[in-house]
Amino acid sequence: MSIAWQAFTPWSALAGGALIGLAATALLLVNGRVAGISGILAGLLRAPGDRAWRFVFVAGLLLAPLVLHLFAPGLGVPAPADAPDARLLLLAGLLVGVGTRLANGCTSGHGVCGLARLSLRSLAAVAVFMGTAIGVVFLVRHGLAGAAA
Amino acid sequence: MSTSQLKQGPTITTAVPASGARVVGWLGALLSGLLFGVGLLLSGMTDPAKVLGFLDISGAWDPSLAFVMVGGIAAARVGVAIVGRRGATFSGLPVCLPPKRAIDARLIVGSALFGAGWGLAGYCPGPAVVSLGFGSWSAAALVSGMLLGLWSVPHSRPRQ
Repeated sequence: MSIAWQAFTPWSALAGGALIGLAATALLLVNGRVAGISGILAGLLRAPGDRAWRFVFVAGLLLAPLVLHLFAPGLGVPAPADAPDARLLLLAGLLVGVGTRLANGCTSGHGVCGLARLSLRSLAAVAVFMGTAIGVVFLVRHGLAGAAA
Repeated sequence: MSTSQLKQGPTITTAVPASGARVVGWLGALLSGLLFGVGLLLSGMTDPAKVLGFLDISGAWDPSLAFVMVGGIAAARVGVAIVGRRGATFSGLPVCLPPKRAIDARLIVGSALFGAGWGLAGYCPGPAVVSLGFGSWSAAALVSGMLLGLWSVPHSRPRQ
C-alpha cells in the first residue's frame, strides 16, 4: 500500500463531513428524523402522509450544486465526468437501491447517523459494505486486469 | 428520556402535528438537504474517482474520505445527544427514530449488495442525487437504477 499524497484532502473532507453531520443534527432537532438518504428516497413513494418533508429534503440535495456555485464558486468539486457505460451505472444503481433497502440504510443512515447513535447494527452494516466495496474495486482494478494482462 | 432509551426506539408519537410545526419542518428539511448536499460536494464524496481512490487500498490509496465519516459522526452526535436529553424536537414534530433491531441476514446481504454497487461506480445514494443536480447523465442512469431497486424491495417491518 502507498498513500496518494497529491490527492489527500483531509481538511475539506473533515469540513464537508462536519456539514453533513450538522445537516443530520438539524433534521433530527427540527424534524425528529434520521438523515438517511436511501430511507428518505424509499419513502417518497411509499409513505403517504409522510412525504412532503422528504420531497423538500431531496430538493435541497438537488439544489446544492447551484447554491454552492452561486455563493462560493471557488469551492467544491466540478460536475462529475460522464462515464460512457450506462448499463454499468444502471446495474450499480440497482445494487445500491436493493442493497440499501434490504439493509435499511446506506453510508449516511448507517455510516453517519447510525454510528453517531452507537448502533452495533450500523457498525456491522458499515463493516460489510466497506469491505465489499473495497473487494469489488480490488477485483476490477487489480484482480481482473491483472489476470487479463 | 435518556440516550439509552432513544437507542431502544421506536419513539413514535401519534399526535398530529400542528400546521405551523409542519411548515417549520419543511424549512428544516430544506436547510438540512442543502447543507447535506453542500457537505457532500465539499468533502469530495460526489467525485466517483475520489471515492474509488479511497476504496482502492492496494493501489495509491487516498484516505481522505475517512475524515468525512469522522467529521460527520462527531457533528451528528451533537443532535443525537440533544434529542436524547430533551426527548423531543424543537418544532413540536414527533421524534421518529428507527427501532433497534438485531443484526440479521437481511442487513448483511443488503450491505454486501450495496457495497458491490458502490464499488462498481463510486456512487452512494446521497452523492448520486446531488450529482443529478449537476445534470449529470451518469448520475441520472445510476439514480434510475437505484430508485427502481429502492422501490421494488418491500419494506421490512420490525418484529415487535
